[in-house]
Amino acid sequence: MAYQSRAGRLDVRKTYKLYINGEFPRSESGRSYAARDSEGEVLARVARASRKDLREAVRAARTAGEKWAAKSGYNRGQILYRIAEMMEDRGAVFAEQLGDGGLTPARARAEVAAAVDRMVWYAGWADKFAQIYGNLNPVAGPFFNISAPEPTGVVGVIAPESPALLGLVSRLAPVMVAGNTAVVISSETQPLPAITFSEVLESSDVPAGVINILTGFPSELAPWLADHMDVNAVDMAGAAPEVGLRVRQGAVHNVKRLVGTDGYTDLQSPYLIAAFTETKTVWHPKGL
Amino acid sequence: MALAVAPDRAALLPDRITNASLAGFLRAVPSTDEVGVEERIASLSTRSIKKDSKSEALHLAVRMMDLTTLEGKDTPGKVAQMSAKAVRPDPTDPSVPSVAAVCVYPAMVPYALEAVAGSSVKVASVATYFPSGQLDTKLKVTETAQVVEMGAHEVDMVIDRGAFLSGEYFRVFDEIRRVREACGEKAHLKVILETGELGSYDQVRGASMLAMAAGADFIKTSTGKVQPAATLPVTLVMLEAIRDFYVATGVQVGMKPAGGIRTSKDAIRYLVVLNETLGSAWMTPDWFRFGASTLLNDVLMQIRWLKTGRYQSADYFTKD
Amino acid sequence: MSRNLPATPALEWSYAPSRESSEIVELEPRYGLFINGKFRAPASKKYFPTINPANEDLLTEVAEANATDVGRAVKAARDAFEDGWGEMPGKERAKYLFRVGRMVQERSRELAVLETLDGGKPIKESRDVDLPLVAAHFFYYAGWADKLEYAFPGLDPEPLGVAGQVIPWNFPLMMLAWKIAPALAAGNTVVLKPAETTPLSALTFASLASEAGLPPGVINIVTGAGATGAALVEHNDVDKIAFTGSTSVGKHIASTLVGSGKRLTLELGGKAAHVIFDDAAMDQAIEGVINGIFFNQGHVCCAGSRLFVQESIHDRFVEKLKRRLSTLRVGDPLDKNTDVGAINSAEQLARISELVEAGQQEGAEMYQPDCVLPRNGFWFRPTLFTGVSQSHRIAQEEIFGPVLSIMSFRTPDEAVEKANNTPYGLSAGVWTTKGSRILWMADRLKAGVVWANTYNKFDPASPFGGYKESGFGREGGRHGLLPYLKGVG
Repeated sequence: MAYQSRAGRLDVRKTYKLYINGEFPRSESGRSYAARDSEGEVLARVARASRKDLREAVRAARTAGEKWAAKSGYNRGQILYRIAEMMEDRGAVFAEQLGDGGLTPARARAEVAAAVDRMVWYAGWADKFAQIYGNLNPVAGPFFNISAPEPTGVVGVIAPESPALLGLVSRLAPVMVAGNTAVVISSETQPLPAITFSEVLESSDVPAGVINILTGFPSELAPWLADHMDVNAVDMAGAAPEVGLRVRQGAVHNVKRLVGTDGYTDLQSPYLIAAFTETKTVWHPKGL
Repeated sequence: MALAVAPDRAALLPDRITNASLAGFLRAVPSTDEVGVEERIASLSTRSIKKDSKSEALHLAVRMMDLTTLEGKDTPGKVAQMSAKAVRPDPTDPSVPSVAAVCVYPAMVPYALEAVAGSSVKVASVATYFPSGQLDTKLKVTETAQVVEMGAHEVDMVIDRGAFLSGEYFRVFDEIRRVREACGEKAHLKVILETGELGSYDQVRGASMLAMAAGADFIKTSTGKVQPAATLPVTLVMLEAIRDFYVATGVQVGMKPAGGIRTSKDAIRYLVVLNETLGSAWMTPDWFRFGASTLLNDVLMQIRWLKTGRYQSADYFTKD
Repeated sequence: MSRNLPATPALEWSYAPSRESSEIVELEPRYGLFINGKFRAPASKKYFPTINPANEDLLTEVAEANATDVGRAVKAARDAFEDGWGEMPGKERAKYLFRVGRMVQERSRELAVLETLDGGKPIKESRDVDLPLVAAHFFYYAGWADKLEYAFPGLDPEPLGVAGQVIPWNFPLMMLAWKIAPALAAGNTVVLKPAETTPLSALTFASLASEAGLPPGVINIVTGAGATGAALVEHNDVDKIAFTGSTSVGKHIASTLVGSGKRLTLELGGKAAHVIFDDAAMDQAIEGVINGIFFNQGHVCCAGSRLFVQESIHDRFVEKLKRRLSTLRVGDPLDKNTDVGAINSAEQLARISELVEAGQQEGAEMYQPDCVLPRNGFWFRPTLFTGVSQSHRIAQEEIFGPVLSIMSFRTPDEAVEKANNTPYGLSAGVWTTKGSRILWMADRLKAGVVWANTYNKFDPASPFGGYKESGFGREGGRHGLLPYLKGVG
């Protein structure tokens, strides 16, 4: 670890923190762990979130939920697009961090581009997916009957270890666009892109608490997430098999919806948005 | 303007009766959902009435009937024949009771009275420029006073639907009140809402409450001259209004569906709706009437079928 | 009485018994398991009785499937799936389902009587609600079988394989239709376990399916209790489990499936809020509330069991409700005039009684109309509780019986808050004549089905299913196909 930069000036290093309720706290536990590059060199120390940090994150997500869900699709779409803009702006930082994770510069740039494009793709769904997934139902009687998707609520996202940025964006964007709020457990081995992403969110008109990102150990955090009675769904696409098993066990307590049970694939689909929704059907008589 | 309204009926009414305060009174009437009403009727119509219950219902239906003729071509002869039938609906079966009343135009009242003399059958006269009601209130009151003077036991008046639909609630209310006054203690008053012209169940319910508050002894669906006339759903809505009125004031008001009730099955369905909405206190000709002209023979045929176990032919039942 | 009329005595009118004949139903002395297109004796060699809950008479006895039997059924379903059902052109599958729908219509009277005999529900309901919906459900999904590629744009529709389905006793044949029709339309084969107290309509349906010429193994019916269900849920060669029943059993099933890779849909309990605003169409709201809680003796997962009445009309509304309660006809389920039938089982009756006792002990005020209950069988009077607090057990736990807990609210916000304050989220009701308020409420009520100015309406085209602990996945409508197709998750 160089203590002096090549320019003959001492670096000002960043402290990598959690992202909870629109703020960047350290872990309440005071713990951190070393994030290393693909060569094993320490890149930085990052916060190692505790169960109490997770509890705070869930609380923030629950509180933010009502307003986020009530925003128009148009508005949510604009916010997601703004995220894409800011990601593009921070592209060089993301690329460098992905490079530290072992990607060649070209592949790192390609992953950043794919992640930005994916965010744009989902941004466009915000005011459309309900039209694909909702229905006016032709029931046999004098009733107006409509089904529309509504957000499931608070969603826990266990991000894939890699691709560290594209994986995170691919799983988080459909959760957000549906109107859910989220508590993300970032990649343990490559947490820096997730932290940079949280800084992107902070500068992208995303209301405080809508997305909360915890760095730390999924094996330690996921059980608390899975057992939490105020979490409505968990995306486990990024969960290692033993973590996944534990999540399934915990999910039973409050009948959590589990998404991504077949693991991570490079998927973009409106049905992934639908997976984080509840279909609500409303009946009303038609009469005088 | 202070108006004389029977004090027990005033409980629901505003202190000062004006058009605006009556509009407020009507706004406080609970609304009615058409689909819900029709569902309730569909459900009650599946009641299966058999054996003794059926026979009881059919006999009661006869006793509740206002046998009606309201034609331009009515003559003393026609009225006399119908009245004879009213007194003794089935000459071959003494167990069949007389109907409740005959219902005729004012000019026919003397002939009807003569024909029912000595029986329990009452004479009801339509009045108030039946069926349209499009006449000055004073003249309507005069007409009413006249038929009462002639000896009619019951007066079937029509409300001014035009006035009601254009929001002239005071006019409608005041007219009913004055006609009620003209009936005095001699005749009792049935108020025809002509529900087929009111456009919605909300209006029917409002008109029912207005008529009851103004002094109606009975509320009645229809003149028989407008389609649709009586239906089960509209009857249910009016019965619910009667129940609300009774709960609020303690005043019992009767109900008369009229027009379009042709079969025993129809009649039994009405009785089921009555029984399950207002209960047995209304299961008497004092509080429920059928206004009908052709229902009687169908009921008589059913009574005889129950008695004999043979399906009947119309040839064995007199038309008048 | 009115002027000048002599008072005429009123008629105290009682309805003579009008009993639907049960002769139309011919029961076998005992029933085997329906596996691979035939009824066969169980490997378990065990049978259990099924009784009429209205008089506790023995109806017949039914095979108890053990793990070996379930294994045979799953194998038959697997073979049928691989031998052609999965790949059969959709239009052929469609015709089978249409045919089944027609045959249900043809035999609907018999099936309705059977449903009432075995389950205790009023014949009026099995005849006018259950059976028409069963036939309609097969018709609806029949039409989807050859149109799956239009159901979900961009998704390649493929069946999952063998579906294991476990259904409850409250709507035995309707739940069967809700499970089997979409599964078959999507190209799956099924092994279905009906509830142990109501197996007979499913077994009769099996013979109907066989008369319809459905290939052997496409539908298999295994009867039994919890152990049979567990054997089905745990069987390795089942691709998907669909369960309707209590939340506690649903959670148990979910926990046994951990790590199995099987897909799961759950339709579980509820404690629906039924919200009445002061501007509601009062008499229709009363009917809605009555239908909401006393339909099928309250054995309904979406029953409107928590009533919230706006304070300004609370007393008047409760009075109306009590008056209406006294006109409910409780008794012989086969009588065509019965409104409230028998409780499905002694066990369920005990559960209802226990919770009602708890309600009284916790200080809520109970009202029951006078009605004479039959001497034999399982019965419970229609019951109202007023003065109920949110914290009372009768306001929290699913009673699954004819028991209504009444509370009040002052503002729309308070109504929403109280309505959503439950781990369940299956259904909700709201009554107001103000259009914008209906939509405002519908947006905020956390429930899979919101009935506005109506209640307990069902239709095959309309998706049904819950939020939160009421389960996941939808049954009915286009959405009802998704749990039986390979999709995205």
